[in-house]
Amino acid sequence: MITLEGVTKTYRMGRIEVPALQGIDLHVGRGEFVAIMGASGSGKSTLMNILGCLDVPTTGRYILDDTDVAMLGDDQLARIRNKKIGFVFQSYNLIPRTTALHNVEMPLIYAGEGGRTARAREALGAVGLADRVNHQPTELSGGQQQRAAIARALVTNPAILLADEPTGNLDTSSSLEIMRLLSRLNAEQSRTIVLITHELDIARFASRVVELRDGRIVRDDTNAK
Amino acid sequence: MNLYEALRMAANGLLGNRTRSALTMLGILIGVSAVILLVAVGNGASVQINNQVQSLGANVIYVYPSNARGSGGVSQGFGTGQSLTQADVDALNSKQQDPDVLAAIPIAQSGGQITYGNQNYFAPTTGTTPDFPQVRNYQLAEGSFFSADDVTARHRVVVLGQTVVDNLFGTTDPIGQTIKISRQSFRVIGVFAQKGGTGLGSQDNVVVAPITAVWAYLTGARGKVISQIVASASSAGTVTQAETEITTILLERHQISDPAQADFQLQSQQDILNQATSISTALTLVLGAIAGISLVVGGIGIMNIMLVTVTERTREIGIRKAIGARRRDILMQFLIEAMVLSGLGGALGIAVGALLALEAPKISALATSGFPTPVVSPTSVVLAFCVSVAIGLFFGIYPANRAARLHPIEALRYE
Repeated sequence: MITLEGVTKTYRMGRIEVPALQGIDLHVGRGEFVAIMGASGSGKSTLMNILGCLDVPTTGRYILDDTDVAMLGDDQLARIRNKKIGFVFQSYNLIPRTTALHNVEMPLIYAGEGGRTARAREALGAVGLADRVNHQPTELSGGQQQRAAIARALVTNPAILLADEPTGNLDTSSSLEIMRLLSRLNAEQSRTIVLITHELDIARFASRVVELRDGRIVRDDTNAK
Repeated sequence: MNLYEALRMAANGLLGNRTRSALTMLGILIGVSAVILLVAVGNGASVQINNQVQSLGANVIYVYPSNARGSGGVSQGFGTGQSLTQADVDALNSKQQDPDVLAAIPIAQSGGQITYGNQNYFAPTTGTTPDFPQVRNYQLAEGSFFSADDVTARHRVVVLGQTVVDNLFGTTDPIGQTIKISRQSFRVIGVFAQKGGTGLGSQDNVVVAPITAVWAYLTGARGKVISQIVASASSAGTVTQAETEITTILLERHQISDPAQADFQLQSQQDILNQATSISTALTLVLGAIAGISLVVGGIGIMNIMLVTVTERTREIGIRKAIGARRRDILMQFLIEAMVLSGLGGALGIAVGALLALEAPKISALATSGFPTPVVSPTSVVLAFCVSVAIGLFFGIYPANRAARLHPIEALRYE
């Protein structure tokens, strides 16, 4: 499903070169639930950006669902993001002044696909927001907003779900609720999920934990459930 | 992404900041309404001038004596020559060499005080022949025009324009009354129907008498001068032929072989109309251009606001890119937003401009000052709308392009 081979990423800050990733080899199979952990500055955000096709590696190969995406241009990457990746962000990132339903429809609009309203309603139903479809983000609680964001991530039926600190802004009970939802999606629908977090409690929900330090993988364990 | 979704997104974006959208629209609204109104005024002036020139008589050709030249070749000014004679007029009326000339009349002008009872008034007196109403397109409201016999016998009879009647007679019936022109008595035998039109020498401020009587009693010492010949062509289409025929006849009669040396000059109604039209077109263009400047200012306002909007919504742009919007999608979204803003402003501006144009004649101060009735042409409406949408497109490209080129990661991080 996901294969990274010798991926490096170097940022240029003026004249100084900052290595963020220094050779990552990683394989994530279909239906896996992987947590990527690491302190800030470990390179996990950079890895997330590359996995999410928001950025391309400096060197190395990234094969997502049989497509080598390392060499693609902006619009091709946009297409990959639209079709194969579902994003869940720490700060929900719903589009303001837009109903939950329209937010969830948005990826389908960009994909130019039909039957949008029905599919968006179905996705919202799957995360338990069937009765909130016409609410705007400001009318939803944090947990509800994150569930709407998960519905938006899933509506295009992507190859992987990328969750970047999805519980970072939530209280404990809402966090638990979101993590249970992700676990259920993984277990019932065999969704491939890559979760980025720095909290052990949250990482525990995943079946595999990868730890980054200074741009390298230092641990890759399968959680004993 | 289809147009409906794009418009929906644009509406959503614009409604998110109503006050700002409304104020930006106001800029375009003012510009477009100014264009519509000023162009309408220009068109109105065109129509007014056109009507006035047309009312002088259709298919009319004027023949003026050329400028007289003194012994040293010094030109003495327009119309000072005395090269035209009654024999020229008769030749033009013979219709043998000029089948396209319907009729030709001589004109002798005389100024002079006109009095009736204790009223007095000043109007030019025109001496001419019985074809005058036909050639100059006058209708009689009362009485009759003078006949060929009146001309032969130098009868002192006059036909008056409505303005003259109003000033001299008030409510009295002028027919049969005797007026004095430069202390000579003339009997009123007819009154012309009103021709309307203001400014530029009213067509109703006329006193017309047999040319022989004018020569005998009014121009006196100056003799039998013909200041111009007015001819009418058989139709609008034959004006050019008629002009050629008149030139040929007069050159032959005056024994001039080189047309450049002609001692007369021709001017057709069409020439006057063309001149007037070119003046009013220039006027309309200048007015339109002045108003156009405010439209450009409005456009800059749109660009400004779109730049602010793009900056404010950087994060939203990042989200859209993350979930699959391509550059083109973002570009379209902001372009359409700018175009909706300017197009809506334009449509409202057209409404406001047209309303002002329609209401302007109802302001009495304007109506009485001879201000032209504005004419809103459909072309200017369509054009104004297209231009305002185009302004949105033009001034929206830079901000929209800026949005489309944002890097998704940086845009997502923007707070």
